[in-house]
Amino acid sequence: MAEDSDRRVPTVIVDQVHIVYKIYGTGAGRGSATSALSRMVRRKSSPAISEVHAVRGISFTAYKGEAIGLIGSNGSGKSTTLSAVAGLLPTASGAIYTDGQPSLLGVNAAMMNDLTGERNVVLGCLAMGMSHADVRGKYQGIVDFSGINERGDFVSLPMRTYSSGMASRLRFSIAAAKTHDVLLIDEALSTGDAAFQRRSEQRIKELRESAGTVFLVSHNNNSIRDTCERTIWLESGVIRADGSTEEVVADYEKYMKNRR
Amino acid sequence: MTEYDVREDTALSSAALAERYGLAVSGRRPPLIEYTRQLWSRRHFIVAFATARLTAAYTAARLGQIWQVATPLLNAAVYYLIFGLLLGTNRGIPNFIAYLCTGVFVFQFTQSAVLSGTRSIADNLGLIRALHFPRACLPIAFTVIQLQELLFSMGVLGVIVLATGEPFTLRWLLILPILFLQSVFNAGLAMFMARIGAKTTDMAQLMPFLMRTWMYTSGVFWSVTTFTAHAPGWIAAILNANPALIFNNLMRYALMDSVSSTSLPHHVWLSSLAWSLVVGIGGYVFFWKAEEEYGRG
Repeated sequence: MAEDSDRRVPTVIVDQVHIVYKIYGTGAGRGSATSALSRMVRRKSSPAISEVHAVRGISFTAYKGEAIGLIGSNGSGKSTTLSAVAGLLPTASGAIYTDGQPSLLGVNAAMMNDLTGERNVVLGCLAMGMSHADVRGKYQGIVDFSGINERGDFVSLPMRTYSSGMASRLRFSIAAAKTHDVLLIDEALSTGDAAFQRRSEQRIKELRESAGTVFLVSHNNNSIRDTCERTIWLESGVIRADGSTEEVVADYEKYMKNRR
Repeated sequence: MTEYDVREDTALSSAALAERYGLAVSGRRPPLIEYTRQLWSRRHFIVAFATARLTAAYTAARLGQIWQVATPLLNAAVYYLIFGLLLGTNRGIPNFIAYLCTGVFVFQFTQSAVLSGTRSIADNLGLIRALHFPRACLPIAFTVIQLQELLFSMGVLGVIVLATGEPFTLRWLLILPILFLQSVFNAGLAMFMARIGAKTTDMAQLMPFLMRTWMYTSGVFWSVTTFTAHAPGWIAAILNANPALIFNNLMRYALMDSVSSTSLPHHVWLSSLAWSLVVGIGGYVFFWKAEEEYGRG
């Protein structure tokens, strides 16, 4: 792995990480009042807990300036891994070390839907720690980049009126307005149209040049090929391959074809 | 960053490698002072978030922002009808309308701050999972929203108080320190409840009942002195130590000339200061202790 450059600075170290989701109340039915009552009467403290062992002991190290793709079939633990790197999920065992605070950008992370796009841009920037002057300077760039104003003045409408593609484009634009040490992107690119995908690939390149590390989870192998030079292939919570995108994606495509 | 020999790196364990390059464990809670510094740097976010939420709150109603003034007026009208006209609890209170409205508006501030604080984490999971910021921003922002609403109510209240024949005196200046102390107290309580509400979502169902009980013992509709006059000393002491009662009484003292300083409990300023410091700082530290757990899982 350490072959091309002689000074590689690690930004994310994932060391033997296991992640287990604990799901409460399966089977017993938390919603039903009678079952809740009978639990109280019988003094049974909690309903059955089922566990999902989503990630099983993965280790890798990411370096400054790298863009790493995460691929794998549905439920293989890609998004879980990203959430854990972002510090949003606790690890059952093992440790994740990061440089600064990684930012997770997912399509499912809704912002404030009852506020206008304009407010969301300002609030999102302020929440990332920018000053009012920074926000004023970057506002137009963010709106132009997202392209949501291409069909009329959408930025002054509440975000709940946006299509899912528009909303995720705006979210990506807000998060990409700041240079992050580590940026984690979960399928954000696959929702935009072709023009937006080109712009965001360009932006990801810029982010990497400003000495950041980018992780990209996607089911679109072409966007992985275009943006990442290294790819990690997860399957059932285990790393199946970690290497250059070309080889890993080719292997993955072969594997998926055989499964069909 | 200092350069190291890469061959040396590969021999290191992950933890040692992380330490060498200054990497920190992801999602770990920052120390209290660092956390406070981060929170201070998000002060513009807190204010902007509160303002945006407040203007969005009434966008669905056709009359829009008029409701900010109409809601407190209607509240006062309902309580006047029940407690002033029907039940007649105004015995012994000279200017009951002003007395009642002050109590309703001041208690409403605490009540709504606590209720929205309880839900502040659970209702904003999308924001929490999308962006990184000190989570204490949220309960504080919801307190600021309620403070902004209270400022509208205070405008209405000022007119009511003057219309019921109270003179405008220099005592009105006391409104500022009272509001400040009550805001700190409310923010602390909102943060305290935010942590509990984030873990136990059932609290959101339970809180309205607790808050109503608190309201009935806080001298909003009647003077607590009608009880404390006959009650044993320790019960009177407990009733008089109620922070909501203290803030109510202080605000009445500031606004109404007919409320004399002799009707206030002893050391009222000291006890209000103590309440806001203890609850404000205590709630903040209590909230910070679980910072890394909000929005997880």
